[in-house]
Amino acid sequence: MEWETVIGLEVHVQLSTHSKIFSGAATAYGADPNTQACAIDLGMPGVLPVLNKKTVEKALMFGLSINAEISNKSVFARKNYFYPDLPKGYQISQYELPIVGKGHLDIQLDENTVKRVGITRAHLEEDAGKSLHEDFHGQSGIDLNRAGTPLLEIVSEPDLRSAKEAVAYLKTLHSLVRYLDISDGNMQEGSFRCDANVSVRPKGETKFGTRAEIKNVNSFRFVERAINYEVARQIELLESGGTVIQETRLYDAERNETRSMRGKEEANDYRYFPDPDLLPIIIDDKTIESIRTTLPELPWQRRERFQSDFGLSHYDSYCLSLTREMAEFFEATVKATQATPKIVANWILGDFSAYLNKEQTEISESPLSPQQLAQLLDRIADNTISGKIAKTVFDAMWAGEGDADKIISSQGLTQISDSSALEKIIDEILLNNPNQLAQYRAGGEKLFGYFVGQIMKATQGKANPQQVNELLKKKLG
Amino acid sequence: MSLENKTLVELSKDLTAKKVSSVEVTQFYLDRIAQHNPALNAFITVCNESALAEAKEADKKIASGHAGPLTGIPYAHKDIFCTDGIKTSCGSKMLDNFIAPYDATVTTKFKEAGMVMIGKTNMDEFAMGSSNENSFYGPVKNPWDHTRIPGGSSGGSAAAVAARLVPAATGTDTGGSIRQPASMCNITGIKPTYGRVSRYGMIAFASSLDQGGPFAQTAEDAALLLNIMAGHDEKDSTSVIHDVPDYTAELNKPLTGLTIGFAKEHFASGLENDVAVVIQEAIAELQKLGATIKEISLPNTHLAVPAYYVIAPAECSSNLARYDGVRYGYRCENPKNLDDLYCRTRGEGFGLEIKRRIIVGTYALSSGYYDAYYLKAQKIRRLISNDYQTAFKSVDLIVGPTAPSPAFKLGEKVDDPVSMYLSDIYTIGVNLAGLPGMTIPAGFVKSLPIGLQLIANYFDESRLFNAAHQFQQATDWHKKTP
Amino acid sequence: MALSETDVKKVAHLARIALSPEELPSHIKNLSKIIDLVEQMNTVDTTGIEPMAHPQDITQPLRDDIVTETNQREKMQRCAPLTEAGLYLVPKVIEDRSNEASEF
Repeated sequence: MEWETVIGLEVHVQLSTHSKIFSGAATAYGADPNTQACAIDLGMPGVLPVLNKKTVEKALMFGLSINAEISNKSVFARKNYFYPDLPKGYQISQYELPIVGKGHLDIQLDENTVKRVGITRAHLEEDAGKSLHEDFHGQSGIDLNRAGTPLLEIVSEPDLRSAKEAVAYLKTLHSLVRYLDISDGNMQEGSFRCDANVSVRPKGETKFGTRAEIKNVNSFRFVERAINYEVARQIELLESGGTVIQETRLYDAERNETRSMRGKEEANDYRYFPDPDLLPIIIDDKTIESIRTTLPELPWQRRERFQSDFGLSHYDSYCLSLTREMAEFFEATVKATQATPKIVANWILGDFSAYLNKEQTEISESPLSPQQLAQLLDRIADNTISGKIAKTVFDAMWAGEGDADKIISSQGLTQISDSSALEKIIDEILLNNPNQLAQYRAGGEKLFGYFVGQIMKATQGKANPQQVNELLKKKLG
Repeated sequence: MSLENKTLVELSKDLTAKKVSSVEVTQFYLDRIAQHNPALNAFITVCNESALAEAKEADKKIASGHAGPLTGIPYAHKDIFCTDGIKTSCGSKMLDNFIAPYDATVTTKFKEAGMVMIGKTNMDEFAMGSSNENSFYGPVKNPWDHTRIPGGSSGGSAAAVAARLVPAATGTDTGGSIRQPASMCNITGIKPTYGRVSRYGMIAFASSLDQGGPFAQTAEDAALLLNIMAGHDEKDSTSVIHDVPDYTAELNKPLTGLTIGFAKEHFASGLENDVAVVIQEAIAELQKLGATIKEISLPNTHLAVPAYYVIAPAECSSNLARYDGVRYGYRCENPKNLDDLYCRTRGEGFGLEIKRRIIVGTYALSSGYYDAYYLKAQKIRRLISNDYQTAFKSVDLIVGPTAPSPAFKLGEKVDDPVSMYLSDIYTIGVNLAGLPGMTIPAGFVKSLPIGLQLIANYFDESRLFNAAHQFQQATDWHKKTP
Repeated sequence: MALSETDVKKVAHLARIALSPEELPSHIKNLSKIIDLVEQMNTVDTTGIEPMAHPQDITQPLRDDIVTETNQREKMQRCAPLTEAGLYLVPKVIEDRSNEASEF
């Protein structure tokens, strides 16, 4: 039987704020345990939450960027359950009336395919603390620094049909929150976490199969693997006559498998009700419009501009605009160089990206600035160096040896474009290779390349290749 | 020196005139507490040393001319308000060892006013109760009759002021917890409009109903106290941004032109006849003072108690989830595992009534029952609130009984929670609507005090103080002491 | 409506409250009486009535995004039953999770 995979994703995005969602404690990562947990975060008796304005603004920015319905009234609710990292015995979240309603996000699946994914809702909530499992005489330690960190939970429709689509959606979403600057998107630190609802059904079936929820996966790679494992598990189960149970599963990256979190469902009765400590948030149209004016150019808007302003292909534009950093690097380079945008694009998507990948470097930590790259491209444009030499210079720049000009002059890499000097070299080479010359003259035209190679070798690659071609042709006449 | 019957206004005059020092006043009341509290059990903590230290500071302020109207005057704090460095038990075993690491906003305001915190008063555990019998520290006795309850939940504060162990005290009122004990102890108490007084650091019972307020001998004193307590607090998002008037400004306005309503439902079955007589006489007195009296209807009065006993327990079940033995408070011995830690800590740390209400609230919010209980109760809350708004279209104030009977016997209702709940029938609707309500001494039934309840529209506390003060100028019920 | 022993035990566990065998009968009796009281609400039709969650029909004030709190760990943990290395200690937590409950 042919099976269809159905995936919906819940993404927890940590909003980048200085202070917590309901208290004035800092949100900085990595502090000593419980040094950033104030009385409110600890759920001490009598303390009360006061909502951080920035979190509302950031949630609205997200809502507007996905064309979501923004209701004028939004309500916080308590989700009640007991857990040691949940100090109040409830999480302040949203249930009915979330701040962001239905919207959508378009994702690029390959060069030619774009898919629209529905977003059900996005709501504000507070994060929980952490349980540390190092052994404290058989007990667990609780660190509540993270308790109260602002989160935006973004829930997608079950519109995704493969692990690849899920990853494309996540990458697009990640790019968007970075563009909006509502989150640092740091996945290692848990600023962008994903739960995946996965089910399978026979192809053609319209009803959904029973889903399993895979909790807390923190990397694109793991999401893909976890979903693929889960899909295979469910299909195998169904094909051998079994049934999928609705349950929560954890992904174990070391073993590359998902496993059940035993019987969680029967205990769940969250008893949501409106939080009486927090009145509704009323958002008037004026506020919405003023937030709209703060929206930066969004990835897809930038992509379109790259196509129309720079004449780049859809795919190149998409790749360049995928992250805000990349797009800004590209634009700054274009602005600083005489080289065409297409050449800039080729360099950035080619060598530059390859280096970033190879060295696992973020663009923000690139040893090359856009201005430095621009200078290098200028030297190609004005024939100071050849494209080939440029790669040598690029290596040296990456290694931190300085600007292109400095490297070119200190290593004597300037292209030789002086005809008489080149003629002299060509004559010498022809003279020193009488056998090859004779073969060429006898119809061995392939040997043209041999001579070019010899010339390049003699000039350490610095000869202007175009000129070499012309002069050599003339000489060999 | 006999100070015990002096009002705040009188004490303030004496302090300003340097007839007496704050240290002397404070010592006087500390002595009275030492002498009389053992019989009454009104205090959980008495702050001998810190009170005298605060009194010394107050004397310095007075000497330097930097005193406010109540600087140097002692007050008692219901043990529900957090006090930095001082035990804040909320009447519970759960918090018997809890030394609050911060002040409630109300505590801070009293400190800034230079008042002297003399001790923390006994109360029903987590403010749940109408008799003060639910305290981990044992019941408070009614100063008028030691075999009777003082009312609850702020019974310690009411008894302490009535017995003149302190000239003023704070309380909280979720369903009548200021008004009912004030009425049963023959003192003046006010529950302000919801959101008028900050709830920060005031340990929550039911967040949408809880409101702090003062106890005093007179309406004028209560107005001075509310001047200090009221105001928006950045730490409490439900505290209202609304100007705080000087609550003493309108005390002396005559009552002519004022229309006062009484609800026929407040005089229906359930109200003891003798109490009805006292209340009718009080209403007649208001009429004599120039007010126009009018019968009104609050048709959903009988639904207030049922709706309240869904909403308050629902909120309490969530508010009290934080008491889990992890970060503060009681923790059971040798927990076997996490579940055991939670269940035994809470099973052992909470008293019977708390457990009862948490279970009711958990049930009302649980899957499948939410609409039938919680949502239904919220709709009835709207109906009750609408009834009051309809009434306030034709009257300025509503008056009636505070409680259906005088103080009952200790132990009389402990085994019958529903009958206990019904003793708050006249006060609960005011909390559901969020209106300000006040009680003042209005007479006696068989030597037991009876309170008159006055209810105003939102933020109209000044009118309550005005009517109460005029009544107290014409009567001397409030001057009677046990 | 009468609550059964099973109902009461189930709800008590949802609230994480251990009830002793001695107190259980009184709870069953009184909780049933309370539910009867509460069900008097059903004598009135509330169709079309907007629920009232709060007395104040206004919006909430918001706070500026400023860090106002300093490290108070030592003071806050003075009233803690059990701590070590700045952490609150509890009996072993079995499953890890992000922000969801797990079964014990």
